[in-house]
Amino acid sequence: MTTGTATRPDAAAVLDLGAVRRRTSAWLLGLVAGLLATVVAGVGIGAFSVPAGTIAQVVAHHVVGWPGERSWSAPVDAIVWQVRLPRVLLGALVGAGLAICGVALQAMVRNVLADPYLLGVNSGASSGAAAAILFGLGAGVVEHTLQVTAFLGALAASLLVLLVARSAGRVTSVRLLLAGVAVGYALYALTSFLIFASGSAEGARSVMFWLLGSLGLARWDLPLAVVAVVVVGATGALTLWGRRLDALSIGDETAHTLGVHPERFRLQLLVLVALCVGVVVSAAGSIGFVGLVVPHLARRAVGGAHVRVVAVAALMGAILLVWADVLARTLFAPQEIPIGIITSLVGAPFLLVLIRRLHATAA
Amino acid sequence: MIGAHDLSWSYGSAQVLSAVSLSAPHGRVLGLIGPNGSGKTTLLRLLHGVLASPTGTVTVDGDRLAALPAREAARRVAVVVQESGGESALTVAETVLLGRSPHLSTFQRTGAVDHEIAAGALARVGASHLAGRSFAGLSGGERQRVLIARALAQEATHLLLDEPTNHLDIRYQHEVLGIVAGLAHDLHRTVVVVLHDLNLAARYCDDVVLLGGGRIAASGPVEEVLVPEVLEPVYGIGIERVRAGGQLHLLFHPHIRIQEDSRA
Repeated sequence: MTTGTATRPDAAAVLDLGAVRRRTSAWLLGLVAGLLATVVAGVGIGAFSVPAGTIAQVVAHHVVGWPGERSWSAPVDAIVWQVRLPRVLLGALVGAGLAICGVALQAMVRNVLADPYLLGVNSGASSGAAAAILFGLGAGVVEHTLQVTAFLGALAASLLVLLVARSAGRVTSVRLLLAGVAVGYALYALTSFLIFASGSAEGARSVMFWLLGSLGLARWDLPLAVVAVVVVGATGALTLWGRRLDALSIGDETAHTLGVHPERFRLQLLVLVALCVGVVVSAAGSIGFVGLVVPHLARRAVGGAHVRVVAVAALMGAILLVWADVLARTLFAPQEIPIGIITSLVGAPFLLVLIRRLHATAA
Repeated sequence: MIGAHDLSWSYGSAQVLSAVSLSAPHGRVLGLIGPNGSGKTTLLRLLHGVLASPTGTVTVDGDRLAALPAREAARRVAVVVQESGGESALTVAETVLLGRSPHLSTFQRTGAVDHEIAAGALARVGASHLAGRSFAGLSGGERQRVLIARALAQEATHLLLDEPTNHLDIRYQHEVLGIVAGLAHDLHRTVVVVLHDLNLAARYCDDVVLLGGGRIAASGPVEEVLVPEVLEPVYGIGIERVRAGGQLHLLFHPHIRIQEDSRA
């Protein structure tokens, strides 16, 4: 006969947790492998293609000093190590950062159409970047002028959104949405005015290029390190906050009854998201649709529990953006097109499908 | 035991509740009843602290609720609110497991004990078979039972429910309230429940607080409050009290209009 513990049905089995866990493991495993393959492909593909074996050798040579003797030419070394690898890594980090910020914001305002630019962060960054590109703001004061001014603009915009949203008392989802839209429009006007006032066609073109997003600034330098630290840190924080995000995504009152202070938590999320998106936008411009689309893909893959959605969305966002950049570099080579055009071209049809689905479930 | 002293609330210039005091002891079911707009839900919100009364205090086992950390408060008081989270992308099991979050730190994941408690809570509301389903795909009645299971999984000594029988058919109305009354009577929990249906209140509550126009019109044991002389002025219609099968029943006569002043 069986023992007492064996006859008792396993609670995890009763709760049917196994299936979703297996599916999550499979997705995570697949996505990690996919990201590795994507990085290799992203570095290899281009006007001058580099085979995977050479890439591995170049990377090993620079990272661990082996092999000591180079069997490849100096230009190949430069292309892989100086140009493409930082660019691919920046792309992966930017994609991951935008995706997880989209997850956080969609949970926070309980709206599936929320995206990381909801807080006006990108408009603020654009104004900052425009001021730097057109009028040389900050030039000579700090290194990485463009990134720094863009980041300050992003920070100022999100502070403004927060202040507007808080001015009438409690920060609710609707107030936040409205404040974000209002501040976004105002700063968009400011950017346009800066372009208009500068009267420089070339400057206007650079601003436009930057607004649509580009990974062309990627180097082994401080901005890349900052993006890495912030995106990895934010992914960790949001994963740890998974249950709280679940509770908040149901409703403020529910969150409260589960021991989550909804307003305090929303404020913590806002600060995290503003920081993350601010850093990402200042490094790569405002790249649309990734933060809107990827959270949906992640939820479709592994369900709604945020502890799983965050990790999966980060990996999906990273893969998606590296491939978008590959297309941006190669479609009209040697001319490079802004990556935002690619993401929007892919994202817009997806949004239409989403709208159809929303109607289908509402009917 | 939940104690409330001198609570009030207003939405803008509209005073919804004023000078409300009550006490809900362990082991008893306290019903909050009253007509639409009498402030039942607002009172419940004040009792679990999502609204903070500008006057007075709420205490839980003698401690001021407002002074407790949020997670500690959620370990003591579980609430079934009307906000259903119908758009939620969680499964039923995940929804119920959320009830364990007040017991887990940020760095802890749910473990075997939590799974057992959640499975037990689902079994208690007769919803074990729903565990793997998506919460958003459930019917109103199924959702309500799952939300009660989530509150049970919190293992709080106080349970507050806002119209838990909404969306339920007659059988589940009785099952759910039977479960809730069992928590008070068998497990000695404090239960406060907002109810519309006076006959359900008569059957499952030990005490009731009758709200009318934002004030307590009457409070006390069911037998004393659910009488026509007390109810008619508040509800404004004729009410008859009968006893059948050892159970108190109220019959309603809407054609008999009661003027509030005529009885006062």
